[in-house]
This record gives sequence, C-alpha cells and structure tokens, in this order.
Amino acid sequence: MSDCCREFSRSALLRKAVAEAGSGLPAIEPGMPVPAGTGLDRRSFIARSVGLAVAVYGAGSLSPRFLDHGIAQALAAGPSDTVLVSIFMDGGADSLSLLFPHGDPEYRRLRPKLALRDSGLVFPEDTRLRWHPSAAAFHTLHSEGKLSVLPAVGYTDADQSHFTSRHYWEVGATNPQLRTGWLGRYLDRVGSPDNPLQGVSLDGDLSPSLATAKMPVAALSGAGNYSFGAPGVWGQVEARMLDAVGDLGSAGGTDPALAGARAVTSQSDRLRRQLEPFDTENGFGSPVPYPKSDSDFPDQLAGLASMLAAGLPLHCVALSAYGMYDTHSDQAADLAEGLKLTSDTLLAFQRDLEARGLADRVLTLVWSEFGRRAEENGSDGTDHGAAGIGLLMGSRVRGTMIGEFPGLKNGLDDDGNLKATVDYRSVYCSVLEQWLATDAAAVIPQAKSFARLPILR
Amino acid sequence: LSAARKVPVYRGRFGPAEAERLLWRAGFGPRPGEAERLAKKGLDGAVHSLTRAKRERLVGPAPVDDDKHSIAPTDAWGHDHLWWLDRMVRTSRPLVERMALVWHDWFATSNAGVGSQRLMLKQNRLFRSRGLGSFEQLLLSVTKDPAMLLWLSGTDNEKGSPNENYGREMMELFTLGANRGYTERDVREQARALTGFRSDWDDDRGPVNFRYDRERHDPGRKRIFGKRGKFDWQDACRLCVRHPNHRSFFVRKLWSYFIPTPPSAATRGALERLYVRNDFAIRPVVEAILKHPRLYSGPRMVKSPVVYIAGMLRATGRGIDTEAWTWLANQAGQQLFYPPNVAGWDDDRWLDTASFHARWNLAGRVLRPYVLKTSAAAPLDPDKLLERALAFWGGPALTSETQRALKSFATRALADADRSWKRTQYPPLVENALRHLIAISPDLQTS
Repeated sequence: MSDCCREFSRSALLRKAVAEAGSGLPAIEPGMPVPAGTGLDRRSFIARSVGLAVAVYGAGSLSPRFLDHGIAQALAAGPSDTVLVSIFMDGGADSLSLLFPHGDPEYRRLRPKLALRDSGLVFPEDTRLRWHPSAAAFHTLHSEGKLSVLPAVGYTDADQSHFTSRHYWEVGATNPQLRTGWLGRYLDRVGSPDNPLQGVSLDGDLSPSLATAKMPVAALSGAGNYSFGAPGVWGQVEARMLDAVGDLGSAGGTDPALAGARAVTSQSDRLRRQLEPFDTENGFGSPVPYPKSDSDFPDQLAGLASMLAAGLPLHCVALSAYGMYDTHSDQAADLAEGLKLTSDTLLAFQRDLEARGLADRVLTLVWSEFGRRAEENGSDGTDHGAAGIGLLMGSRVRGTMIGEFPGLKNGLDDDGNLKATVDYRSVYCSVLEQWLATDAAAVIPQAKSFARLPILR
Repeated sequence: LSAARKVPVYRGRFGPAEAERLLWRAGFGPRPGEAERLAKKGLDGAVHSLTRAKRERLVGPAPVDDDKHSIAPTDAWGHDHLWWLDRMVRTSRPLVERMALVWHDWFATSNAGVGSQRLMLKQNRLFRSRGLGSFEQLLLSVTKDPAMLLWLSGTDNEKGSPNENYGREMMELFTLGANRGYTERDVREQARALTGFRSDWDDDRGPVNFRYDRERHDPGRKRIFGKRGKFDWQDACRLCVRHPNHRSFFVRKLWSYFIPTPPSAATRGALERLYVRNDFAIRPVVEAILKHPRLYSGPRMVKSPVVYIAGMLRATGRGIDTEAWTWLANQAGQQLFYPPNVAGWDDDRWLDTASFHARWNLAGRVLRPYVLKTSAAAPLDPDKLLERALAFWGGPALTSETQRALKSFATRALADADRSWKRTQYPPLVENALRHLIAISPDLQTS
C-alpha cells in the first residue's frame, strides 16, 4: 500500500465499510458521493438448492426460503442467454503503459524514466502503439480478434478523485447523487424478483455498479474457498474428521443456542459437500490451466466459468482485477505484476469459455476510474489523469479499436492529461443495446446524447 | 413482602461448571485451573472478584505482529483490534474488558466513520474507566467524546443549523428505545440542547482540539419531554437518564448481554429499583445479574467471535503474535472498533455458514503452534486421546452428545490404522483433529 495515495486507501476502506454497513459516509470530504447501493439491506443465507454461500442485497421482505425457491425456478428455466462481466482495475490504470505510444516523440520526453522499451508487441491498428511487455496475453487476444480496445475512454472534465470518478463510472452518469448502479438499473428493468444470482458481485461485497432499487442481487464470497483443513490432520483421518463435523451438528437437544449452533454446524457441513466440485484444489473442473497465484482473481474467473457451465442463472457479474493501479511511486514493478496476472487470467478465462462452449454467451468489459498523468512525477510514478483504457473481450466482439489514440502532442488537456476520444456512457449504451438488447435510454441518463459504437461483429 | 422485591439470587451448587459459565459470560473464559479456583470462592466471592477487582495485572507475553515487532495500535491497520484483544487475553480484570465491550456495542462507534484509531482508543479508555460507574456519568462522557462527536455529527450540530443525529440516537439507541416516550419535537429540541461542540481541522492530523464553544450553542428555551428550560448538553443527558422509560430500557438491554432470555417482570422491576436507588450506578445491577439464577440454570448463549477467540488464547496461554486475529475476526463478523452500524452487532446473528467457516479457521490458527507431529507419542486408544485433547483446552464441560460424536470419530479413525506405520502415525493426527473438533463443537461455540 506504500505507493498508493492516502485518499485512495481511505476511500477503499470507507467503501468497504459502507457497502457492508450501509451506515452512510463520514463527512470527511464534503461533496464526496456516497457509493451506489448504500443503505441496501444485506442478508446472508444459504441458497441450498444450488449450494452457494451468498449475501443478498435489496431483497426487501422476501424470506430466504422464497429466495431459495426463486433460484430453483430460475435454474429450472435454464441459463440466461447472455452474460456481462464487468472487471474493474482499481486505482486508475496507466493506459500510457498498458498500450504505450512507442512511436510518439512526446512519450520519451514526458516519461524520461518510465518510458518502456519496444516490447515488439505491435498494435496493428495504430502502429505507434505497443502492448506492455507483461500484457502479451492481450496482444494474443487482440490478434485473434477477441479484444476491442478503447485507447482513450472517459468523460470531459474528468474528476480526479478515485472515489468520485469511480462512482461516476459505476452509476453510469456524472451525478454524485445517483444511488443505483448502471447494471443495477438494467436489472431493475429486466430482472426477476426472485433470482439474486442475476447480478453477482464476486468480491464479497456488493459492487456498486450492481446496486438495484428493487431487484435482488448477490455478493458471492468465494464458492471455491469453503474447504475445512486442520493443521496436522490429513489423509484418512482428515476424511473421518470432516464426517465428524456432520455428527457434531446432528445431535439432538433442547437448548436453543446449542440447537442453533448445531444447525449451523450441520448446514456448514452440507454446504462444504455441495461446494466440493467448486473447490480451488479441484480446479473447478477447469479444462484449461489458470495462472498460479495467491490472488483470488484466477480462482474467481475459473469459478465463474464453472458456475456458468453448471447452468447457474448469472446475468451481470462484477469483480475487481488483480493489482493495485494507483501507481504514484515505483510504478514499473507494481504495474508489470498487476498487468501480467490480470491479462494472463483473462486469456485463460476466454480459453476456458471456449473449451466449455460458452464463449459466445459472455462479454467482458474491463475498465478503470481514470488513466494517469502523461508526465511522470518525481517518485518514479504517475499521478491521477483523465482518459484511460477500456477493453471489451469475447468471441463475439468486433475486435477492432474503438475511438482513436489522440497522441500526446495534441491529445492532452490543460492539466496534461489524456483527452477522451470515447465517452464511457457511449460504451454503456452500446453494450446495453447491442449485447443486452435493452433500451439504453431507460438505463443511462441522457442516453440520446451519447454516440453508439459498433461493438459486436 | 420486602424479600419478594429483591432480585433473586442463585442458591444452587456453585462448582467449576458454574464458575466456568460465569467466566465466559462476565469475561473471556477461564485460563487453565481458573474455574476451579473461582468455584472455591463461592458465588458472592466469585462475582465480587470480577466486579470489584483491584489493580490490573497483564499475564503472558506482550503483543507483537507477524514480524515480531511491537504492535502500533494507533497507526497500523488492525493493530487497534490486536491491542484490545491482547487486553482481553492477558488481563486479570476480565469483567472490566467485558464491560468495555458491552459499551462499545451499546454506544456503537465505528472507525469507518471516525477515521482515527487514536480517537477510537481514547473512547475505549473511557469505556474501561467508567464502565462500572454511573451510567449518567458515562453518557455525559460519551456525549463529549471526540470519536462519538465525529461518528454522530456532534461537531456539525450548531446553533441555527441543528443536526439531529446524536440527539435521536441518544434516545432511540442509548437511553430509551425506539418510540418509547419521546416525540419528533423532542428530537429536534434535544438537538438544539446538544449544540456547541466543535473541533479544528489539521491537514496532517485531521480533526483536533475538540471542545465546547458557547458561541455555537443555542442558548434559547427548549421543551423536552414536556419540561421547559434553557437546556444544554448536560441537561439533555440528564433528561434522558431521568426519563421514566430509561430504567426499563437500561435493565433489559444490560441483562441481554449476560443472559439470552428476557428477565421476568418481577426481576426486571427489582433490577430497575436497584438501579434508581443507587443513583444510576452500573455495578450493582451487573452484580445482581451475575448472581441471578437464570445465569446458571438458564439456556446457553452463543459466544461472540471476539469472546470465542480471546477464550481460546486464554485457554492455551498463547499471546498476540499475528495480525491474523484481526482479519479472521473480521471474517467471523466482529472486528473491534468496526461495529456494523450505530445499533451495534446483532447478537442473534453470530453464527451462519460463513462465520462458522471463519471460526473453523480461527481454531486452526490457534492450534498451529501446538500441532503434534506424526513422530509424537500418543496412545492408540480413543478414550485416552479424547481425554488428552480435552485437557489441552483446560477440560471444558461437554454435552454427552458431543462426547459421543468425538469418541465415535476417534474410534473410527483409529480403526483405519490397518498397517503398523498407521498405528504409530494416526494417534497424533487423531489428537490434532480432536483438539480442532472440540474447539468448533457447538458446546464451545456457546457458554
């Protein structure tokens, strides 16, 4: 955390607390918007019919049993046609490193220390650009036509607060007061009142972009992380021990607290058995290898693919990419590490979906709250900027550049930040209309004023 | 007739099992041998040794982080939690820490809104020093406490633009209960009475210099609970404590921290009289609750995650030596200084499948340094292994159902030892597993 700014870590902590507690924001910075979703009820329950531990938000007065029933019905009805996966690069990813303007004479002047050497990963649609050497997986995806690149996406007069700018992206409007996410409003329009898995946050907390006004959505805390190991216990003894957990839970007795603890012990035992197929160590039954890492990110996407393969009724999914992109200092190493695992994992996810025959059903959007200042700072890093990079991945994407790279000579604003050539709300409107087949005007404020981009082939 | 008006006192046997329950409800469980020693004091002696403990001694190794450095409670994330957990584990005055935990939940203030571990720890000292004194004094101290002033907008509440946040919660959550004898007008007038607190902003340190500023106070007449006067913040506190509905709120809420089922009408009435007669002193009410028959003969209570983990550390004699206690407690649903909202933690919701998993991992983390290697000598005998594993945890009382399940596990696991190497290696594995199963058994999740 040493190289991220104070505002960033504080806002991350605040956001976590708020999304969990719904307790409102402290008045540390007047004008800082409250994240979408604040104030929604959170209720944990077990969806026994599918064996997932989920927290459900915005479910109103529905009883857990009713929600179970709803999930069972949604399961019976079959999977959703299309799935949208929204992946957030937290902190403001440096687009000028991810897809760097090797052929722009200004680049080396603005980045005397941080300018990258030619990686050889040429971006054929604009040969000034090169992929970061750690993002070779993106080069592969792009050359296969499965990655559309938005080299300068954002909005005019970009706000340089992590908190505010991320909020704008999440709610799909530059409105600090909006309390629902853009995907949440979409689900409010087309969703079902009894399927919380239609909007799933894989980060454990509710993703604000999924915050609804009325339809239930869920936060999943690690379908692949419900194993019960004990130090110094293995083999046959471990198997007997796990059986004994069920025995401890099934004893009778009249004391209410003891009976409650036994019931939870028994439920936990059942849930462990149900989730065994999704266990990390079992590899989620993934047909392709994912990068090995201590991070949750590869497991989250491997688990997502296995849940889609199992026919779970997921429709909109949100999670954070691996890495901390608020690279105010010592950018080179941190950025390379984050980009490497993120891009390799996304390639593995695409290959997984292809192998499972699901690739035509899934579109993945990768975004960050802003890009970074074109000129490097004095501590081997970069400060907050304006426009940044966006990616659309999938077998049905057009695979071409959307908007252009404006160049560093004429493409910077008065603050020295990259100007947007595509508004992020144009991306949202296009995804809503072309991928999710809904009227964007019902979801995105002033949708008419944003150009539509051809995103599918 | 006068005897009937007194709070009932437990008259049954006060042995190690009763002393063990008392140590869990009024503290963080026994150290090895502590329940037996406490039982010898008898009920009165045992309760008074908790409620009137003299000086504090800290027993055991000082807290360190994963790198074996001293913890930094005001600076490093999560070290505030470690600091308090250490007090719970090492203190010789467990009830003082337990009462501080009660007040932390009662006046639930979260660092998510305060943003300063220093101010949270300052508030924590208040709960420790005033936790058994006068509730009125406690309320007065909390009202001007900087963390509370930040948390419930006390410093935003000024003459001309009152902020009702604290005034409302003082009535609803701290003294009277929702819709129990106050009106919206009372809330607004209360907010006016509470005006006057302020702080300054320091770019490096945040809010500093908390103080009462007459210029910001609304000196006009107010009407609260039908009484008229030029009330200020101290009047606001006293009006709430002296409100006829406060005593029943206080007794019912305080009782709920120690005994899971509500008191009978007679007990409640007697406790209320005790409370008022002693000028709103907390200690006599706590003593009466700790001597009440329902504590010993009534149903069990689920231990909160922090009580659960502090208890395991006390039982094993292990000190604070890893930051894992913070994030594991968070996963189990109770990170100190971060209650979920101003109403505190929900004591009916401690256990679910996610928090059970976290408790399982907590137990494993506690056990890690004590793991028996496969080369350790252990008897190939289920009864003896169970006895040894129970002794590891200080011999807690288990229900017969749980004992049966544990013994059945040990018997089956040892029966798998069909080779000579298994007959030497399995017993220590089974003993490790028994320790784990005891720790997560329904019996040890409750007290």
